[in-house]
Amino acid sequence: MSLTHPESATSSRADNPFAIPFDERVREALDNKSLKIAIDRTTNTARVKRAAAVASWPGFAQARDLGKRIKDHVISHLDHYLVEFEANAIRSGAKVHWASSSDEACAIVVDLCRKAGAKSVTRSKSMLGEEIGLPHALEEAGITRVETDLAEHIVQLAHDRPSHIIWPALHRTREEVAELFRTHHHRPQNSDDIESMVASAREELRGRFLAADVGISGANFLIADTGAICTVTNEGNAELTTTIPRVHIVTAGIEKLVPSMPHALVLLRLLVRSATGADLTQYTTFHCGPKRPGDRDGPEEFHIVLVDNGRTKMLGEGLEEMLRCLRCGACMNHCVVYRQIGGHAYGGAYPGPMGSVITPVLDGLDKAHDLPEACTLNGNCQAVCPVDIPLPTLLRGWREKSWREGLEPQVVRQSLGLWSFGARHPFLYRLGTAIAVRGMRLLAKQGWISSMPLASGWTRYRDFPKPAPRTFMEEWKQHQNKKARSQA
Amino acid sequence: MQAASPHNQHQDQASGTPKVGLFVTCLIDLVRPRIGFAAISLLEQAGCLVDVPQSQTCCGQPAYNSGDDNHARALARNVIAGFESFDYVVVPSGSCAGMIKKYPPLFQGDPAWQQRAEALAARTYELLSFLVDVRGFRPKGVTLHTSATYHDSCSGLRQLGVEAQPRALLASVEGLSLTPLPGHDICCGFGGTFCVKYPAISNAIVDEKARDIEDTKADLLLGGDLGCLLNMAGKLHRRGAATRTFHTAEILAGMGSGPAIGEEG
Repeated sequence: MSLTHPESATSSRADNPFAIPFDERVREALDNKSLKIAIDRTTNTARVKRAAAVASWPGFAQARDLGKRIKDHVISHLDHYLVEFEANAIRSGAKVHWASSSDEACAIVVDLCRKAGAKSVTRSKSMLGEEIGLPHALEEAGITRVETDLAEHIVQLAHDRPSHIIWPALHRTREEVAELFRTHHHRPQNSDDIESMVASAREELRGRFLAADVGISGANFLIADTGAICTVTNEGNAELTTTIPRVHIVTAGIEKLVPSMPHALVLLRLLVRSATGADLTQYTTFHCGPKRPGDRDGPEEFHIVLVDNGRTKMLGEGLEEMLRCLRCGACMNHCVVYRQIGGHAYGGAYPGPMGSVITPVLDGLDKAHDLPEACTLNGNCQAVCPVDIPLPTLLRGWREKSWREGLEPQVVRQSLGLWSFGARHPFLYRLGTAIAVRGMRLLAKQGWISSMPLASGWTRYRDFPKPAPRTFMEEWKQHQNKKARSQA
Repeated sequence: MQAASPHNQHQDQASGTPKVGLFVTCLIDLVRPRIGFAAISLLEQAGCLVDVPQSQTCCGQPAYNSGDDNHARALARNVIAGFESFDYVVVPSGSCAGMIKKYPPLFQGDPAWQQRAEALAARTYELLSFLVDVRGFRPKGVTLHTSATYHDSCSGLRQLGVEAQPRALLASVEGLSLTPLPGHDICCGFGGTFCVKYPAISNAIVDEKARDIEDTKADLLLGGDLGCLLNMAGKLHRRGAATRTFHTAEILAGMGSGPAIGEEG
């Protein structure tokens, strides 16, 4: 298999993960033992490092609050900053394009690639590119795409999808990657150690960086008062993607705006520490316009595609707080559900708690209504979010909409309705609970119930203790009566 | 349904004996009443006059978390009306206490009920935080020679800040040694309806939790929310672990020598 034809084996499964029911995606993930090993290795390290980074930053809470306020300010004045950014980007020599949907964004990028006569494009991973389906659009247009992020390179070789927004290949163990490189690289290294694997990938990619006609990147921040874009990577692949090719195309969501460089720096510190626990990434680059006369390097053309794709809709539908998201991935590293099922089971471009909020916007609540439900609402995602996004509240908001629209299974609706009816009528409720307790006791053996009708979801995996002979309320009533008699 | 009425709760407060309404929680009512009696005992030791309104059923959390706001509101009205006459509402569960604190936004556009919901939310406490933060209580003369580990349930921990209080109270129990639980602040996978809607994910989470608990080698697992405790105790039993599980209130009320969850007593 050669890198020049990476997409030929892309399965329809990967094209539309929602075609497979959520429960099946979950089962597949839970059955995959090496997936759990891979998730634990990366997320456990990330959590420990983030905790240390936060603990060693006395001003973290203030920075978090400031970061939140910067994003809120921009989001509530989005029109102003978009106009300012556009004017300054044009002044720097960039060409600014607007896309309201993913299709429009892809069409613009493909068109720019064609105009540039591009045979081969390098791509520095961006979540927005995944969101709008850019890899697929380039493939359809017959343009050779080379993923340059090491993890994306792995994902591309495996005809896979990213499973995490910071570590796209988090779902694969080092051992699996070594095997993949041995199969696909032209001159694979024999050793499984990370250094030689990276060297092998570097050798594979170096020529492709130099041969690319167009480089496509995302942006971590769009800086309004200069028209610059900021990218952060640990591998330097963004720089090789954005400076070597003749044409550089940036695709970025409109919520990435910040008023100025100092604002970007506040958010940058929050982003990197929350993501990896490092103080900064190895490479933090600010690009502003194309190559100028006398510049030694840089692209001749610099295009910025500003993408809405549901963002203004989020603004109008109570999801504006989600637009604060810096895409750091801390919520998924700390999510008990993500850490069991990994990113693919979520189906959308974005996994974890933030994905469960965004995916229903992008793919429709009918396809994605399981995501906001499959959450324990334990609140840890909000606690670790560098901009304090109330993820549990937003997830409950989707549940409320699901309920209103009748997307929840009938059996859930009916049992909750029955429970609520009983609970609104204390007499009935007392009678029902008294009967239930006695019924449950009949099922118990040596203090525990190991199989209970209508509760197989519980008893398949755990036992349930035998309830006391009488409910608290029965006992309490008797206790009160006794007290009254003794006082009489 | 009566309209908002002036409350007389501060009269009792002034006399030094606050009137506390105990919200028992449906799980305690159904499965383990002794936690309710332990709570009453502790509140009385802390100088409170305790009553348990008969009209109480469920705080409405299953409906609320499922997005069924109509039923959640109906149950919230029932709780508000039933507990309005007390100085404090005390709940031996961070999750249900936290739910009562979430009532006000359910009544947006209904100022009378919203005000009643806010007043109630402000007077509602999780049991251990009430004992320590409001009453400055420490148990006296409680002895239990054993080792225990403690799991922080998520609602209590992150919504209500219940973390130091149970540890401070447990430190007053003579003979009890507390072993830290790695990941004590990580969700056990209960999540109310989550555990029955997505049983396989919930199982994977609680299995990991059970392993962590077993690794501490502590004799007892303690916590403050019966839902989480049932989840962990049920998993520990299925795994054949020897760890015994109690609600913290039972230990503090001197009921730690009685049957643990799942033991016949």
